[in-house]
Amino acid sequence: MSDLNEPTPDSTTDPSPQGRATGAFGLPRLNIADRYSKAPLWVRMPIVLIGISFAFYLPFLNILPFAYIRTDLTSGGSDWGGVLFLIVIYMIVAIGLNVVIGLAGLLDLGYIGFYAIGAYSVALFGSPSSPVTEMIADKFGLSEGWAVPFVACVPIAIALALASGVLLGAPTLRLRGDYLAIVTMGFGEIIRILSRNVTSVTNGSAGIIGVPSPPEPSENFFSAIETAHWYWLALSVLILLIFLTRRLEDSRVGRAWLAIREDEDAAAVMGVNAFKFKLWAFAIGAALGATAGLLFASKQAYVEPTGFALNLSFLFVAMVVIGGSGNMVGAMLGAFLITYLPERFREFQDWRPFAFGVAMVAVMVLRPQGLIPSRRRAREFADRKNEAEEAAADA
Amino acid sequence: MDFNALIDGLGGHTLDGLTRGSIYALVALGYTMVYGVLRLINFAHSEVFMVGTWTVLGVYTVLGADSESAMPMVIFATLTALVAAALASASVALAVERIAYRPLRKKNAPPLIFLITAIGCSLVLVEIFGHVLKVFFGAPFGRAPVNVPSPIQTHTLLTIGDVRITNVQVFIILGAVLMMVALDLFVNRSRLGRGVRAVAQDPDTAALMGVNQDRVIMLVFILGGAMAGVAGLLFTINFDITKFDIGFIIGIKAFTAAVLGGIGNLRGALVGGLLLGIVEVYASAVFSSNWADVTAFIVLVLVLMFRPTGLLGESLGKARA
Repeated sequence: MSDLNEPTPDSTTDPSPQGRATGAFGLPRLNIADRYSKAPLWVRMPIVLIGISFAFYLPFLNILPFAYIRTDLTSGGSDWGGVLFLIVIYMIVAIGLNVVIGLAGLLDLGYIGFYAIGAYSVALFGSPSSPVTEMIADKFGLSEGWAVPFVACVPIAIALALASGVLLGAPTLRLRGDYLAIVTMGFGEIIRILSRNVTSVTNGSAGIIGVPSPPEPSENFFSAIETAHWYWLALSVLILLIFLTRRLEDSRVGRAWLAIREDEDAAAVMGVNAFKFKLWAFAIGAALGATAGLLFASKQAYVEPTGFALNLSFLFVAMVVIGGSGNMVGAMLGAFLITYLPERFREFQDWRPFAFGVAMVAVMVLRPQGLIPSRRRAREFADRKNEAEEAAADA
Repeated sequence: MDFNALIDGLGGHTLDGLTRGSIYALVALGYTMVYGVLRLINFAHSEVFMVGTWTVLGVYTVLGADSESAMPMVIFATLTALVAAALASASVALAVERIAYRPLRKKNAPPLIFLITAIGCSLVLVEIFGHVLKVFFGAPFGRAPVNVPSPIQTHTLLTIGDVRITNVQVFIILGAVLMMVALDLFVNRSRLGRGVRAVAQDPDTAALMGVNQDRVIMLVFILGGAMAGVAGLLFTINFDITKFDIGFIIGIKAFTAAVLGGIGNLRGALVGGLLLGIVEVYASAVFSSNWADVTAFIVLVLVLMFRPTGLLGESLGKARA
C-alpha cells in the first residue's frame, strides 16, 4: 500500500515558479501532497491505514459533529450506506474514465455504454430468468433455474467490455479528438437503444430481474437492506483498482499515455505507437467502467435500459474534469462531490443537472485544469496560456 | 425487415426524407460554419435549435395564432415566428460564444476543454427549459413534451401517382433551400463573407490583412444560430411538438449531416442533410421507427471510417466557386 500516493516523477523537481508559493485564490500553498510524498515510509504507512480504516468505518459514523455528513438524518433522507456505495461505484467510474480522458487525453462521451455492458453481462449470464441463460439451459438440457455463477460472470463482463472497447476504438481512435467524442457518444446511445429494442435478448424495457449477488460468507450477507456490506465490497474493489491503476500510471504504458496526450506527433517521433496505447487506454477504461456497472447491477438485482441514459455519461465526464483530469485523487473528489452533494441536500435534487452544467462551464473557464489537477497537467495549461499571452504581446 | 413497405411507399418516403433532411441541413450549417472557422465542434448548437422551437411556441401563444386563424394572421404569425426564432437562436449562440468559448480562446486551451464547456452550456440550456423556467412560470416548461400547434393547415397541393405533396412539405423544403442559397451567396459574394472565408483558410494571414477575427467568429455564430432558429420553426411546422431535450437527437443528426457532406463545407451540409433524411426514413420503413435514431449514428461511424472528409470534402475556405 505504500505506493498508493507515490510522487509523480516531476513533483520533486518542479522548476517553474508558478503554483509554488501560492495556490488557488492566492492563498499560500500547503503542499500537502509534497510533504506527504517526502515523508518516510513509517509515516506514510499509518496514514494510509488510518484513512482506509476510517473509510471502512464510515457507515457507522455516529459521533457529532461528524455525523452531520450522514444523508439519513432527516426522515426521507437517502440510506447512508446506499449513498456511500454509490459514491464508491462512481469513484471506480471516475478512475476508469480518468485513464481515458485524463491520462490518454481522449474524450469519451459514451462511457455509460461500458458501464451498461458490465451491468447487462452480469444480468444476462447470471440471472436464471434472463433470455440468454434460458436459451443456454434449453440448448444443453440444463435444469430449470440454471445460471452462470457470479464469480464467472465477472471475467465475462470484463472480457466483453475489453472487446467492445477494442471494437469501438479500432475504427475510431485514428480520428481527431472531437470526432471521437461524437462517435463515442453515439456508441453509448446505441448500447442503450439496443438494450431497449433487442427484446429477445435483453427483455427490452421490462428489464431483467434476479441479477446474482457475490458469494456470501453468511446467509443474506448481501441482501438489499445490508447496504453497508455492499459498501465494504465496493470499497475493497476500489482500493484494489486504485492500487492497480497507480502502478499502471507510473509504468511505461502510463508514460506513453502522457506523451500522447501532450503531443501525439512528438510522441510518435519518439517511437510511441500512439494508436496501440490509445487502444489500451480505451480498453482498460472500458474494463473499469464494466466493473463498476456489474457491482451496481448486482446490488440493484435488476437492470433496465433507462438506467443507462446518456446524461449519466455527461455526469461521468463532469466528475473527471471538475475534480481535475489526469489526477486520480481529483477525479475521485469530483465523483464524491457530484454524487454526495445532491444526496445530502435532497431538496435541491431537481437542480442537479443545471448545477452541473454551471459548474462545468465555470470550472473550465476559470480553472481549466480542474479543482485538484495533476501537477504536470497544471503546468501544461499554464504553458499554453503563457504562449497565448506572448503571442498577443508580440502582435 | 420489410422491403415491400419501402418499395410501396417509395415516393412518399423520399419526400418525407427530403422534408426532414432539409431541417437537418439547416442545423448542420451551424456546425459546419463554426467548424470551418474555429476547428471545433460547437456542441451547444443543438440547444440553440431547441431555443428556436420554444420561441416559436412563445410567438404563437402571444399572437393567439392557432389552426383556426384566418389567412393574414397565419402569414403574420409564421413570419413573426421566423424572425423571432432566428433572433433568439442567434443571441443564444452568441452568448455561448462569449461566455464559454472566448475566455478559453484567450487562454489557448486545448480543444478538449472547449468541448467540455460546450457540454456544460448545453446542459444549462436544456435545464433552463426543463426545470428552471418551470419553477418560475410553471407549464408549458418542464420535462414533458409540449404541443406547438402550427397555424398552417396541412392540405394536399398535388398528387403524382400515389404520392401526395402537401403545402407544409413544399414550404419546409423551399424555405430551407432558400435560406441556404442566401447564406451561400452571403459567404461567397459579400465583404463580410470574404472575411469569414479568409479566417477559415488561414487565421493568421487573415489577421495580417486586417480581418478582425473576433468579429468574424461572432458573425459565424450569429449566422449559424439564425439558421438553427429557422430550422426550429420548420421543425415545429412539420412535427407540431417541442421538448426540453429535443435538441440532442436533432443535433446528432445535423452533425452527422455536416460530416457526411464534408464538415466546413456549406453545400456539403445541404447534400448531407437531404441524404441523411432520406436514408433515415428508408431505414425506419424497412426496420421500424424504433431504429430511426440508430441510423444516424451508424451512418456517422461509416462515413468517419471510410471517408472522413465527407462526400464533398472539408473546409469552408476552399469550398467556394
